[in-house]
Amino acid sequence: MEKSNLQILTNGIIKENPVLVLVLGTCPTLAVTTMAKNGIGMGLAATFVLLGSNIVISLLKKVIPDKVRIPCFIVVIAGFVTLLSALLQAYVPDVYEALGIFLPLIVVNCIILGRAEMFASKNSVFKSALDGIGMGIGFTLALLIIGSIREILGSGTWFGLPVTINLFDPMSIFVLAPGGFLVYGCVIALLNKLSNGKAVKRKSFGCEACPNAASCANAGKGGCE
Amino acid sequence: MEIFKNMMYILVTSALVENIVLAKFLGCCPFLGVSKKLDSAVGMSSAVIFVMLMATAVTWPIYTYLLAPNGLEYLQTIVFILVIAALVQMVEFVLKKYMKPLYRALGVYLPLITTNCAVLGCALLNIENHYNFLESIINAIGVGLGFMIAMVLFAGVRSKMESVEFPKSFQGIPITLIAASIVSMSFMGFSNVANGIFK
Repeated sequence: MEKSNLQILTNGIIKENPVLVLVLGTCPTLAVTTMAKNGIGMGLAATFVLLGSNIVISLLKKVIPDKVRIPCFIVVIAGFVTLLSALLQAYVPDVYEALGIFLPLIVVNCIILGRAEMFASKNSVFKSALDGIGMGIGFTLALLIIGSIREILGSGTWFGLPVTINLFDPMSIFVLAPGGFLVYGCVIALLNKLSNGKAVKRKSFGCEACPNAASCANAGKGGCE
Repeated sequence: MEIFKNMMYILVTSALVENIVLAKFLGCCPFLGVSKKLDSAVGMSSAVIFVMLMATAVTWPIYTYLLAPNGLEYLQTIVFILVIAALVQMVEFVLKKYMKPLYRALGVYLPLITTNCAVLGCALLNIENHYNFLESIINAIGVGLGFMIAMVLFAGVRSKMESVEFPKSFQGIPITLIAASIVSMSFMGFSNVANGIFK
């Protein structure tokens, strides 16, 4: 069945939310969500790269030979990341500083390579662009949710504004590394609970998250185990 | 002596205090994905140590002698990822041809490492921290060892988890993340250890 344009756009936001439903891109999700603001910054940065790379890869889908497609995709994505980091450095230096090493690491973000492989290389330019925007918004929303929880519990602020002064003392464990894993796990468990286990598509960590799954001989045989 | 002390400081910091997975969140995908069994965890992390070392040995000279003098620092992301991808292919080829036993042990994991953010992250961090060549190599070994320690410990935790019943909504991914959180909490105990010993 052919999906309508609206369905393609909303697909990434709710039904196939990359972070909360497909559980992809765990590294940036955990690393930059110490503050809601950084989560949004990372989300928008990834949206920009997703949109750009989806459009270009969709345009080039007939030119790129099948055997070397993964390296080609990576080059396109790396090009957009380089462009983005130059732009951010020039116009929003504080976001550039906050994202730090995770900005160049957008190149190896499974979501972007995954969408290039699964969607952009098979669909028209317009649809790929919509898919990029939808997935980007879904990613941004998920980061905003996790970032807000961690910032409110961990530093007692939301977007830098104090919100819990009279309620409780901030628990700094939530902005540290363990809090990232904990909040992410609890958010997914909550989604499971609310939807009776239907919402979250991935049941365990396996090959689905791996951008190389398509070209890996072991993916069909249950992965690297 | 001073140099040795500095090297040990870098090694302990990158392996334990700032563990690449549990404190810096790099390489989460293989950490969560390949840690179900101990032997695959060991295989994967040996492959990561190997590639990380090679990648650092290649990307550091490229950046220092090729990109930096020509004002091309902004190209580092593209160049590094391509160099790492090419390197992994080459290593796989050489191992397959000349070192059969090593290929059998690491072969499966090698193609997966191209897009592993820990390897690219380590190469980028070496440049960002202004390490010299020797320090970069030591840092790569430390980061790789840290990855291995985290993987092996977590594989142990997960094998215990197999036999336990969890509430339904926590089964699978959520409980794995929460277990990772507890392992990561235990690594917080290492903070300032390196400063205490070597500084």
